[in-house]
Amino acid sequence: MKDSNIADICISQAARAWADDGEILATGIGLIPRLAASLSKIVFNEGLMITDGETYLIDEPFPLGVERELKIEGYMSYSRVFENLWGGSRHAMVTPTQIDQFAQMNISCIGDYASPKVQLLGSRGFPGNSISHKNSVFIPAHTLKSFVEGEVDMVSSIGFKKENKYQPQIGKVFTNLGVFDFNGDNNSFRLISIHPDVDLASIEQSTGFQVDVSNYVETELPSSREIEIIEYLDPKGMRFSVFGG
Amino acid sequence: MNKVISIDQFIAELDSGMTIGIGGWGARRKPMDLVRAICRSSIKDLTVVSYGGPDVGLLCSEGKINKLIFGFVSLDLIPLEAHFRKARQNGSLKNVSELDEGMLQWGLRAAAMRLPFLPTKIGFGTDILKYNPHIKTIVSPYQDQQELVAMPAINLDVAIIHVNQADKKGNTQIYGPDPFFDDLFARAAKKTFVSTEKIVKTEDLGGADKAIFNRFERNLVKGVIASPGGAHPTSCAPDYGFDLSHLKDYSSQVDSYPEYKKRFVDLELADYHIAVGGIDSIYSLPLPRF
Repeated sequence: MKDSNIADICISQAARAWADDGEILATGIGLIPRLAASLSKIVFNEGLMITDGETYLIDEPFPLGVERELKIEGYMSYSRVFENLWGGSRHAMVTPTQIDQFAQMNISCIGDYASPKVQLLGSRGFPGNSISHKNSVFIPAHTLKSFVEGEVDMVSSIGFKKENKYQPQIGKVFTNLGVFDFNGDNNSFRLISIHPDVDLASIEQSTGFQVDVSNYVETELPSSREIEIIEYLDPKGMRFSVFGG
Repeated sequence: MNKVISIDQFIAELDSGMTIGIGGWGARRKPMDLVRAICRSSIKDLTVVSYGGPDVGLLCSEGKINKLIFGFVSLDLIPLEAHFRKARQNGSLKNVSELDEGMLQWGLRAAAMRLPFLPTKIGFGTDILKYNPHIKTIVSPYQDQQELVAMPAINLDVAIIHVNQADKKGNTQIYGPDPFFDDLFARAAKKTFVSTEKIVKTEDLGGADKAIFNRFERNLVKGVIASPGGAHPTSCAPDYGFDLSHLKDYSSQVDSYPEYKKRFVDLELADYHIAVGGIDSIYSLPLPRF
């Protein structure tokens, strides 16, 4: 068995996010979430519907970055994605630039809205996704810049605020330090498992708000079968570039 | 019936201050030839509605936009649009209406259906409503009494769309697997202009086999402009993919835009083809794999 590394740990853990979702659209946005969705369909939940990253639903996950033949089972244009997600049968995994104690996320801009310090994408589908279906989160660099104090600069997706008419469904949060959720008291942020060789203090120092660390375990390592499948899905090892150093 | 017009006749149909919707999505099937023509013209103070890509970026760097209504601006494989970023970050583009992608669709659909608004849950709990104070809420008149967002119609003066094939009557065909929301842009607009890779006779459109690719009716189309390679540097599946090296070059020239403009924007289509290496080089751009 090969040594476990942070990319494979995150993919293996993130794949479990969809395990009990049944027959829904699994959308992993970005490389690690996408590999995780593919792994999930192979190992944990064959009912998942996944796309080729563009327009078609595919029957079998395929390796990225190499020649491949798509086994197409259906159609998922953007219009169809909207129709599907408004009905709620989707679970996306997203990478916001900022997330806060309420699970509010930001991909729009940093700084003053009228003239931002950093203009990002705009809110894309986050407002609609977050009010319609479950979202999990993957953040490769768990820092005070991503897990911000107070609130995110621009609220692109709805969070757990008391005054909200609707509440979001947040699955799990996967980072380079651990696995978390927002299922603590009053939807507070909670550590579920800590990755090998990560110390608790570094999680607390890298999070701009309270982390409930009352009950956690060490993150389970990927099985050798999972590692084999991850290598099949990412033969060029693009996943390692996601985590810097 | 002949709706084929020149690019100059297209520009003559536009006025400063208009609301223009631009079809396509990010770096995919954008009517870039028409956008470059707008850049060369004296038209200004536009309200632009777009699932934005380099169309929005170019119009930003030209200073043509008074107000931008958008869900995102991105070049797909290059996630952030440099020209749009600059305009936002230096404060020259303050007048924005940032929407959820689906709210933008809803606004176009309301306009298409001649409705003042369409109800949705989307927007609650986010800053979309805070930064769009013109968007009101309503209460369901039924027993649920649910409070909903009343997404207002986005009425367009003009829509511009790029297609794979058309005839002179304005019958159009989009062969890309995803037609995006171009049909709603056309329906939301008072008049729609399409640029097209090819103009063929009606009997050569492909009959029943190709009729499904006719995404909206010809009576919505006011003018047809011949524009082979007209989506470049964005993609026009299945004819060509996007030109990543051109998009990188374009992105890197954000602080030397006049130079980019001289090389690629201040040119009629035939000269543009030469500037980017010839029409054959456009048609040989591979389709992207995501």
